Amino acid sequence: MSDNNLSFVRTEMLPEQAPPLTASGPLKWLKENLFDGVFNSILTIVALYFVWQIVTGAFPWFWNGVWTTSSLAECREVLNGATGGCFSVLTERWNQLMFGFKYPVTEYWRPTIAFLLLFVAAAPVLFFKLPRKLLIFTAVYPFIAFWLIWGGTILVPIMIAVGFVAGYMVFTRLEAQSFAMGLGGAVIAAVLIWSLQGYLTRPLSGVLALDPVPSRDMGGFMLNFILGVVCVSLSLPLGIVLALGRQSSMPIIKWICVVFIEFIRGVPLITLLFVANVVLAYFLPPGTNFDLILRVIIMITMFSSAYIAEVIRGGLAALPKGQYEAADSLGLDYAQSMRLIILPQALKISIPGIVNVAVGLFKDTTLVSVISMFDLVGMIRGPILASTAWNGVYWELWGAAILLFFPICYGISQYSQWLERQLATGHR
Amino acid sequence: MTALTDPPKEGFRLSMLLNDTRYRSYTFQFIALLALIAAFSYLGYNLVQNLAAAGLNISYKFLGEPAGYDINQRLIEYTSQSSHWRASIVGILNTLLVAVTACFLATVIGVIVGVLRLSKNWLVNKLMSVYVEIFRNVPVLIWILIIMAVFVAILPQPREFRGDNAEASMLFDLFAFTGRGFYLPKPIFTAGWAAGSTGWLVIIGLLIASFFGARAVSKRASAIQEATGDRPVTWYTTLAIWFLPLIAACIVMGLSWDIPALKGFNFKGGIYARNSFIALTFALSIYTAAFIAENVRAGILAISKGQTEAAASLGLRPNRIMSLVVLPQALRVIIPPLISQYLNITKNSSLAIAVGYMDVTGTLGGITLNQTGRAIETVLLLMAFYLVISLSISAVMNVYNNSVKLKER
Repeated sequence: MSDNNLSFVRTEMLPEQAPPLTASGPLKWLKENLFDGVFNSILTIVALYFVWQIVTGAFPWFWNGVWTTSSLAECREVLNGATGGCFSVLTERWNQLMFGFKYPVTEYWRPTIAFLLLFVAAAPVLFFKLPRKLLIFTAVYPFIAFWLIWGGTILVPIMIAVGFVAGYMVFTRLEAQSFAMGLGGAVIAAVLIWSLQGYLTRPLSGVLALDPVPSRDMGGFMLNFILGVVCVSLSLPLGIVLALGRQSSMPIIKWICVVFIEFIRGVPLITLLFVANVVLAYFLPPGTNFDLILRVIIMITMFSSAYIAEVIRGGLAALPKGQYEAADSLGLDYAQSMRLIILPQALKISIPGIVNVAVGLFKDTTLVSVISMFDLVGMIRGPILASTAWNGVYWELWGAAILLFFPICYGISQYSQWLERQLATGHR
Repeated sequence: MTALTDPPKEGFRLSMLLNDTRYRSYTFQFIALLALIAAFSYLGYNLVQNLAAAGLNISYKFLGEPAGYDINQRLIEYTSQSSHWRASIVGILNTLLVAVTACFLATVIGVIVGVLRLSKNWLVNKLMSVYVEIFRNVPVLIWILIIMAVFVAILPQPREFRGDNAEASMLFDLFAFTGRGFYLPKPIFTAGWAAGSTGWLVIIGLLIASFFGARAVSKRASAIQEATGDRPVTWYTTLAIWFLPLIAACIVMGLSWDIPALKGFNFKGGIYARNSFIALTFALSIYTAAFIAENVRAGILAISKGQTEAAASLGLRPNRIMSLVVLPQALRVIIPPLISQYLNITKNSSLAIAVGYMDVTGTLGGITLNQTGRAIETVLLLMAFYLVISLSISAVMNVYNNSVKLKER
């Protein structure tokens, strides 16, 4: 062994050592995210305590829940003093919560099918990548849904659809001359067919007829859904017209739209529902008596169309001016430039805003319970909580109401955020 | 003599009303105006017909008649013999009370939640997101009804405060939280001349004076800072300006407290806030706070990181960066949606009718409407009230927006 071999410099690498316990893995995560400094640690502990309280409070309530009794008294007997929810109110009154207390029990399958078909109809509108041919079903859906929910002969919705088709055909014929003329002709053709359809459908009222259900028998969550879907779809075209009117250079038309929009946006929905409930009848020809649900649909549609108009106006204003000028320089007239150049882009920008209005509107449909209609909230406050069997079951019922509304509204708003990311084609 | 190159001079022809873009807009506007007039006269004609058939007329005389119903929460004198007009005023004040309280609470909660949502603390961050999403996505009416139900069910009834071994007790013997509402101590002025509203007017006058005094102090401090570069320490002067006159006034006017006490089956004395008021205010605040939190978060995120870094490179300390650089810019983004949330609170306060709080929708649009049957008049008045509120709030917002608008050159 010679001295030459002695070397004081290490020749081989040391193996890598594992990082300290607190600088890796879950401990690092905990340190960085939960206990980063005194203030954060206090916050974490408070939050943990809060979560613990909720979990320990809610867990036995769910775990001991009773699902099969027919009244609160029985449920309390079963529970025998233990903490637990009386979820049997949900199982026993489920149909009432969904369909109201008047819709014929044997016909529940009809709104259910209409509800399921709604997803098929909405899918091509919501997701652009689906085949465009599905839009045909979307166009047919309102008539199917009307037939399923309200019943009666299938000829009525068919004739209404025929009216639309006839209007469209007249429009395509006359459009070459002028847009206004085409529109006028289309309206005349459609109204003509709608006013004549009674002569056909009345004698043939048995053709493929479902049991007719009057709209005052609608209730429960179904009513919220009907109001939400119908009013949003009706208010969209109205909102576009109002937004265009507000942007218009013609002062009279502009001011009509401005006054309408600002008036509607300035008053609470409840006052408009009061109008539907007690005032609207005064303004209709003596003897006409159309039912409350229709009046409410009219007022809610006006309400949401004002909000949608403001969203679309934002979209119109966000378009660069060059788009308008380019359309003009191509020699397009107003209707053409709007239909082919401006609106497709403006609507695309405003979709997230429109979706937000739709969510708000769907939530606001619960307000009809204030004018004694029996939607979900109306059913809970009225027939169910007032019944002797279930007087006092608050948590379970309101919890169910939250669980019904939350997934839908949350889902739609998540969709709108997803869409916003999809549509963000700007240069970032 | 005309040259050959001159354009042909056309007279006005009727077809130009449809085909010439210069005149077509007049045609359209004329048609729109005609349609509007036709629609209104049709509705008006129907109205006249219906009113005649029902033997009614449009008249606001009912506002002067005695209302004949009681209002259990009121800010001004009111008895069942007072007029419907007085009842509406009571309702309007109740609406404003709920709206202002809820706006204040919602802002406080919303700002805290919005800042906490940006926290690096994972748990707090997630908890706040859950709060925001749950409250935003469930109708406010359901929240109002839930909170009302919980309130009545959880808090003890006044009778449970009775006896030596009472199930419930008052907080510090000053506050009583019951299912019927909250009972709080009420300040009263015992000096003879300051009794009633005079004392309160004095207090409000002093507060206004203190406000201007404090502003003068801070202006002077800024002037000194501009001149010398050193900012004098002002916090104790400011504190003194705010509190010394107030304390002096309270001593002079003989401030004492009217403390609620259990008499029989209910509490007497003090300030009584009904359960419907508390539930409505609380529900509106936490519902709207969820929206405000999102606005606050978006406003702070909208300030680019470069701003913070630039401020840091100038040598500002973190809290100065927040107050001098980030906040003034974030507020420009936050305040417009915030004000429209205030507008929403005011409009949503009309849901008071669901829990029986007597706001203007409950008095004018509820009982007065039912008693007199004057549907058109009452609903019109109701809409006019909300419209005035909304329009004035948006006017304020426009003024603000113009004042903070980026000055582009």
